Amino acid sequence: MAQYLLIESRDPFESNDVTYYYDLAKGLADGGNEVTLFLAQNAVLAARPSARSAALSALARGGVKVLADDFSLRERGISKLVEGVAAAPIDTVVDCLAAGHKTLWH
Amino acid sequence: MSKKALTVALMDPPYESENLTTAFRILDVAARRGYDINVFAYEGASGLAFTRQMPHPNPVHGKNVAEENHPTTKDQVAALLAETEKNGGKLDWVNCGMCVDERGVGEFVPGTRRGSPADFHAFVEASDNVLVIPTK
Amino acid sequence: MAKKTLNIVESAYRAVMEEQDDTVLWLLAAMQGAGAQHTVVLRGNAVNYAVAGQGVPGLTVGEWKQTQAPKMDRDVLDLIEKRKIPVYVVTEDLAERGIESRELVPGVHLLSRTALPGLFAEHTLVAHW
Repeated sequence: MAQYLLIESRDPFESNDVTYYYDLAKGLADGGNEVTLFLAQNAVLAARPSARSAALSALARGGVKVLADDFSLRERGISKLVEGVAAAPIDTVVDCLAAGHKTLWH
Repeated sequence: MSKKALTVALMDPPYESENLTTAFRILDVAARRGYDINVFAYEGASGLAFTRQMPHPNPVHGKNVAEENHPTTKDQVAALLAETEKNGGKLDWVNCGMCVDERGVGEFVPGTRRGSPADFHAFVEASDNVLVIPTK
Repeated sequence: MAKKTLNIVESAYRAVMEEQDDTVLWLLAAMQGAGAQHTVVLRGNAVNYAVAGQGVPGLTVGEWKQTQAPKMDRDVLDLIEKRKIPVYVVTEDLAERGIESRELVPGVHLLSRTALPGLFAEHTLVAHW
């Protein structure tokens, strides 16, 4: 099976297309692939516990590794993250690229 | 850490999208690791290395040019070139030629060059991996 | 053999009048000419590119007149017929937009969103535009 890095830059408050990307991550994971969803920029707004953050926790429970860019979190003053989401440095993106993960940006 | 070759395609023009902030952060990590990096600067991104960018003061915050120290993407591109080389890597930054022409941004940071989609294809074939950062 | 690349195109009608092309489809066509091996999936609003019979006369601004207005359905056909790039269209996105398959240009392949992971597995690289 393959490894995927899905970088999400959009948030569910402004874009309802985020659902498509979360579903894609789930579909890839359900297919037995190793999937990392890396939230960057405004996408980290969904990582703060809120009415819209349950979807991220569900992805994590379903086997997707959900990470939030620590720079984007600090920039927005987000310190508490919803269950299943961990802060991570941008180096993670380069690690995944270097390791050959198929990498997409939404 | 083994050396890698990565290609990144950019599309956003300077100063309009947070995509570029994230892109430069990713490229900086790769530069510090001494990777070989290929950048295909397409559409608005063809202006990132335009040498006629100038910083400006900030009258709202009461800062002069020096105090404001406003970022310019051309300086960030030059810094990436230097950092990659310092760490034993190589940055091949290509500005898509037709994109440059239609925007009138044909004066580039030394070390970057004019190119075409054929360069992007060559980058893809020569790299360990590729990241496309699209514009919205 | 070039790396098989799957290109998911969702951005639609962004700057097409100014550029007289969709710049992503144009780029992929140019790269194919240089030896690339591309596949295209149109999703989101970009599914509308495959609707036959679209296009406007050229833009006019004062005395300035555009003479090469784009036609996205023609460009999709060009990808398929001249560039030999397979083009898929996501069926759920068509349905959401009230587009029936009989309205599409010939030669596009219909693809369910749920089939994307399988298509990903058939390609060395996947790019999202």
